[in-house]
Amino acid sequence: MKPFTAALALSLAAALPTAALFAGPVLFTGAALAAGASDTDAERLARWNEIRTSIFGDKAVQPTDTLVTVDAPVRALDAALVPITLTMPEKDKVAGVSLVIDDNPSPYAANITFGPAADPGEIKLRVRVNNYTNVHAVVRTKDGGLFETAKFVKASGGCSAPMGMSDEEAMKGMGDMRMKFAEAAPGAKSTEATLMIRHPNFSGMQMNQITRDYTPARYIQKVVVSQGDRNILTLDGDISIASNPVINFAFLPEGKAPVTVVASDNQNGRWEHSFPVPSPSN
Amino acid sequence: MVAQVGLTRPVAGGFRANRREALFGGLCLCCLPTLGRAAEGFALDEVGLGIFIRRGPDAEATADNADAIANIGFIVGERSVLVTESGGSLADGQWLRAEIRKRTDKPISHVVLTHVHPDHCFGAEAFEADKPVFIGHHALRSALDARGEYYRTRLVEILGADRAGRVVYPTLEVADGAEVDLGGRSLTFHAHGTAHTNCDLSMRDSASGLLFPADLLFVARIPSLDGSLLGWLKEAEVLKAMGADAAVPGHGPTRVAFAPALADLTRYLGTLRDETRKAVAADMPIEKAVATIGRSEAKNWALFDLYNGRNVTQAFKELEWE
Repeated sequence: MKPFTAALALSLAAALPTAALFAGPVLFTGAALAAGASDTDAERLARWNEIRTSIFGDKAVQPTDTLVTVDAPVRALDAALVPITLTMPEKDKVAGVSLVIDDNPSPYAANITFGPAADPGEIKLRVRVNNYTNVHAVVRTKDGGLFETAKFVKASGGCSAPMGMSDEEAMKGMGDMRMKFAEAAPGAKSTEATLMIRHPNFSGMQMNQITRDYTPARYIQKVVVSQGDRNILTLDGDISIASNPVINFAFLPEGKAPVTVVASDNQNGRWEHSFPVPSPSN
Repeated sequence: MVAQVGLTRPVAGGFRANRREALFGGLCLCCLPTLGRAAEGFALDEVGLGIFIRRGPDAEATADNADAIANIGFIVGERSVLVTESGGSLADGQWLRAEIRKRTDKPISHVVLTHVHPDHCFGAEAFEADKPVFIGHHALRSALDARGEYYRTRLVEILGADRAGRVVYPTLEVADGAEVDLGGRSLTFHAHGTAHTNCDLSMRDSASGLLFPADLLFVARIPSLDGSLLGWLKEAEVLKAMGADAAVPGHGPTRVAFAPALADLTRYLGTLRDETRKAVAADMPIEKAVATIGRSEAKNWALFDLYNGRNVTQAFKELEWE
């Protein structure tokens, strides 16, 4: 697998000039007119093949109905915040999962690698969707296989939607984090957690309302979540992740060590926080 | 002193008729064949003396309705005319301008751009030849910079380039308050904090006492949240303190009793706030919150299913960091 780079964005740079026009919340209808909406299935397949090769090289990626499913609204209510749930029922086989939003200007939205402390049954993320698009999930199994599934999402303008506030305001508290632990059922080995990170995740396609220039891309590139020295997950992110990223995951707590989160962005921002794990109720 | 909804019948004698003559230069309105009938099938209600408002239908922008979906209209003073809202497209603005000219020859001195949304400000181009003062919130210019071209692109897709209208910037930017004198009546403006959007401007007419909260007040049509939920509830209190008996909402009937209409709005927003806070506290994921919050309000609003989920998303985003 190729390293996580912006090269893919360049290969699809033709999408940028028009995409930059889609800026506001969609408050009136006619969304079917978005640029990608008239694409044929053959064009979508060709695009996916190009993206797939660029990320996974020549490795075979087989379709799956069982290893991973993508849940997303068919029509996004807010293109700048589209909730995505990845479900991986055969979780013992799973080493990692990639999320690709085919028609976004930078399609490779996220790559998650699970560590020994993970419970990789379910991941929730919030993404930006710039166009009517397939959203692909590709699972990597521990024996080295690649399996894909997709869901079609109707949305437009998510990457260039303005924040509705100044850049300074959007950056307020950047790097602050919260972690919520769900109350585990008695006897359960796994604990669900929600990680919230304050970060504007500027896409590079949003116009600064004061200077009237595009705000340079500034986005979370890497999030490493661990308990003690046991890794839970590592997330590589991109501009398709919604501002103030929120990630839901599950892990297998052991002992009393806190959960630590190290997040870094593409402009050398680095933030580290620790969260005490609630003691088991039984 | 003025006037219930639908004051379109002749008023015999007395102060009101004299005043009417003063406003309209002696033209007897009731004799105009076009009164109350618009070229595109819209009526204008005279909601106060010299105040004419078109009710926008509770619909989304389409090629057929030319995005004429907001309550727009005009106020006639002794000297000049103020346009309360410009319309949703160049076509809508042109329609309004023609309606004004059927009723008065007085110069159009002011056009109010109440906020950035296209159904309220894309008719402005129709009035440019009148060289009016375009009045807007101090944050409107930057909001138009951020979104104006996007809105125009979408309108062109729906209506075609010749009917969509251009982005027009305010020439009078209201920082806090402002007052405009039309002769015999004045309009007082208030620039609100982030609420429905980040650039909401309200207006009060001295002659009628009517409040023009624009989209800070939705009636019948579901409010759309594009600014701040808590901010909107706060600005609702600011509006309430203005003490108006009646108002011209941005959407809905052209004239309403203000207190109950505002109570309906704040009930919906309050429901959104309370149920979203509860969902956040219970670690409910946002997609479930979108599907469950506010359902008790479904029967109360037109277009509920189109906007409620989006409103919940906005509310969730705002409240999850409390």
